[in-house]
Amino acid sequence: MSARGGTLRPRQPTQPRRLFWAFLAAPGIIWLVLLFIVPFYAILAIAAGHVNEIFGYPVAAWSPLQWSTANFAAAWHDIAGSAAFAGPIMVRTIVYVVLASLLCLLIAYPAAYFVARYAGRRKGLFLVLLIAPFWISYMMRMLAWIDLLQTDGYVNRALTFLHLISQPVNWLGGLGVTVVLGLVYGYIPYLILVLYAGLDRIDPALIEAGRDLGLGRAATFIRVTLPLSRQPVMTGMLITALPMVGDYFTNQLLSGTAGTTMLGNTIDDQLSTPGLQGEGAVFSLLVLLVLLVPMVYYVVSTNRSSQSAA
Amino acid sequence: MTNTTTKVTAAGRPDAAARARLGRLHRPNPWRHPWGLEGFTWLYLIWSLVPIALAVLFSFNNGKSQSVWQGFSWRWYFADPVNSVLHSPPLQEAVVQTVRLGLYTTVIAVPLGVAFALGINRWRGYTASTFNLVMILSFVIPELIFGVAMFFVFTALFTFVHLGTLAQTLGLITWNVSWPAIIVQARLVTIGKQYEEAAADLGATQLQTLRRVMLPLLAPAIFASAVLVFSSVIDDFVIVDLLYSNAGNTPMSVYIYSQQHGGNGGPALNALGTIMLVMSFVIAIGGYFTYRWLTRGERGNRKEALSAIAGV
Repeated sequence: MSARGGTLRPRQPTQPRRLFWAFLAAPGIIWLVLLFIVPFYAILAIAAGHVNEIFGYPVAAWSPLQWSTANFAAAWHDIAGSAAFAGPIMVRTIVYVVLASLLCLLIAYPAAYFVARYAGRRKGLFLVLLIAPFWISYMMRMLAWIDLLQTDGYVNRALTFLHLISQPVNWLGGLGVTVVLGLVYGYIPYLILVLYAGLDRIDPALIEAGRDLGLGRAATFIRVTLPLSRQPVMTGMLITALPMVGDYFTNQLLSGTAGTTMLGNTIDDQLSTPGLQGEGAVFSLLVLLVLLVPMVYYVVSTNRSSQSAA
Repeated sequence: MTNTTTKVTAAGRPDAAARARLGRLHRPNPWRHPWGLEGFTWLYLIWSLVPIALAVLFSFNNGKSQSVWQGFSWRWYFADPVNSVLHSPPLQEAVVQTVRLGLYTTVIAVPLGVAFALGINRWRGYTASTFNLVMILSFVIPELIFGVAMFFVFTALFTFVHLGTLAQTLGLITWNVSWPAIIVQARLVTIGKQYEEAAADLGATQLQTLRRVMLPLLAPAIFASAVLVFSSVIDDFVIVDLLYSNAGNTPMSVYIYSQQHGGNGGPALNALGTIMLVMSFVIAIGGYFTYRWLTRGERGNRKEALSAIAGV
């Protein structure tokens, strides 16, 4: 750019011009500092603070000089102490999220692949049907399954009719299966749209080339399409799995029992319990810390793809 | 299906030599329609959409059951004098609160995000790219953690912001400002710099260029992001749930959640959910056609409009 245009016109914007753009960006930047960066510091300050012993409200330690480890010790006690309850919850959270994400991918990939590659003239129709759940409120979609999974609901009736079960199953009574499938149902529309967008962008000429060079359908898929869709699969999985980690409502609506509690439920409960808010802050920090690597990966790759588009 | 290409033996099977010679022709046609894949896709669509259709149906149930059909009625919408959405104050307030939050958030988040996108994209400094990364980060941070951060900052630091509508609106704006910021930046990339430079060469000031060249070119993107912000506010649950304070500022999603979770489920909730669904669909369909109108004359605008209002 500078090699070609540099002699004709200075590329570097002059000072007042840059000031104009900085001025435009300023409100957004101030907003992000006050209501995005400071709030995350607030989690840290509350976690490193202590709890008022009489009223149970958290006292924040804004300066690192005041930091104490009281809340961290309490959290550690719950994770690994004698009456630890948080350890199993963490393991369960990981198992549920991994299972649900893999199921999402197994279901979403073929469907997105079909629509992107083979839907032909009906692509518009399929696209509308794929997008529809995106426009339906999450609560409504959970409500739909609550209706179906009632003891006298259609799922039990269908399964009884097919002689797959003899007694109606109490699906909403705390079954892990229900929660995992609920998570899949809740988050799969986001994954499918990301996958569709990625697969749709693959140049058909590359796939035709694979065919022309003698690869069968399966071999073409494995050696051409699959490697080319690595990026959308990664970002799609992140966009599905990360919110699942903080999900507490799906679990609460479809089970609501201690046997399926996830970390999100623990944090949500602690937030509304006086005396436990400091510990809730510690668990929130923990989630942030664990998810830092995948989140940074997502941010950098998103940023890079938007830069390369330019 | 004639056997012109394969020599058939008396037993009716191609002999070994013919098979070896024509081995590659025995592969199935690689261009045939993948019926298995299409069937799978339809199964997925049925699984994803039929339950919702049934939930809508049960909002018209003439009975209290959410699972046994007892005939059609409007009672949960307006016919029932006590429990219908029209006559129950908390249900009504929930609808009003959701719409209110949607309007407040859209009106503030969209201009904020558009200005941010323009500034960041053309400024090109260290500060600019850092804050761009911070903004993208808000896309992947689990909403619960963000909600916890907001809860703490409003209860421990900015205590003049009381939990309720103000806290909810501030939280929702921060959470949704990335829609206009990302969509407008993407559009800026496709527009390129030539229009801006042409305007500058013709003597326009930066402000004039912005108003008379950039904003009209960005109109479809700005519109699409407004649609997405409004609809995600309607759909939002976590932020408004963590930041509400009383029944007066309980939006629809929180109302449905707390009632269902508290064991007070019933077709009235389905009716509320159906109202949310209709609202979203009206916005989506209206958004789609308005987007097409805004981009009329551009190539491939039908598919583009569809992905624009889906935020893909």
